[in-house]
Amino acid sequence: MTLSVSTILRLADDELVLGWRNSEWTGIAPFLEEDVAFSSIAQTEIGHARAWYELAAKELGTDADSLAFDREPDEYQCAPLVEMRMADDWGRTIARHWLYETADRIRIQVLLNSIDREVAGLAEKVDREETYHRMHAEMWAERLRDERAFREAVDELWPYALGVLPGEQRSLLCEAVERDECEAIERGGHTEDLRPLWEEMTVVRRSVPGASW
Amino acid sequence: MIWEVFRQEREGQPFQHGGSLEAPNLVFAEAYAREFYGRRGESFALWIVPRESVEEVREPYVADVFDRDYRRVDGYSLKVKLKEARELAAKNASR
Repeated sequence: MTLSVSTILRLADDELVLGWRNSEWTGIAPFLEEDVAFSSIAQTEIGHARAWYELAAKELGTDADSLAFDREPDEYQCAPLVEMRMADDWGRTIARHWLYETADRIRIQVLLNSIDREVAGLAEKVDREETYHRMHAEMWAERLRDERAFREAVDELWPYALGVLPGEQRSLLCEAVERDECEAIERGGHTEDLRPLWEEMTVVRRSVPGASW
Repeated sequence: MIWEVFRQEREGQPFQHGGSLEAPNLVFAEAYAREFYGRRGESFALWIVPRESVEEVREPYVADVFDRDYRRVDGYSLKVKLKEARELAAKNASR
């Protein structure tokens, strides 16, 4: 494999944790149609995480579940952007969704051209579903564009969004969202929101270690 | 705003009413319609129509006061006619 395992794990961890965060809106989204749509997006993110974990698991000689649930919080390589709990603030959630999907598209485009056929093939499948996510994110960003709360959230999250991408891909994100590059909040450290999420996410798995479900 | 969604299951088939959804504008309506009626590949195409553009006609029957049974086909017994026609066809064939 030409793509490093840690690159794949970054992707997978981002998708798992964001999918988890987005799923917190299930049942409480602003209206029913959006509840269904956003929950469905959350599910596809987690599906993408599984696909990337499976790829990494082959390299590492483990399986997707143990990569997703058996690591300690510090071992996750997700970007701080996806960790934050926002289930009480729709404008902020949409700001993150829009910034993340825009950034995600840039790295998926790079993977589409990977010389590793497995990676390129998976990126192509993922991209087909992400097209819907982007459509959804764009329509909401367009609708909330003039709302102060939304603009402030985009300002606040911008350094986090840059941290989703490796340095060489960041100028593309600046172009896509028409913003200037600033100092990014890098991957590696975690926000204090990650641990409670991890505890909830892994509670069943940890209750009977080693069980086969 | 309520939108009515019609779906075409396969190319060339008639569009049939699938359901309705609420969305603030056409862009949102399209996104939700794709989600509800397209995600599983169950539709070939969709029509999305604002409910207010649909003209509902109540009691759509035209006056039916006089006995005009002859305008309806159910007044004719086809059974007898069919039997006669089959017998005639069989006779002609054996000839």
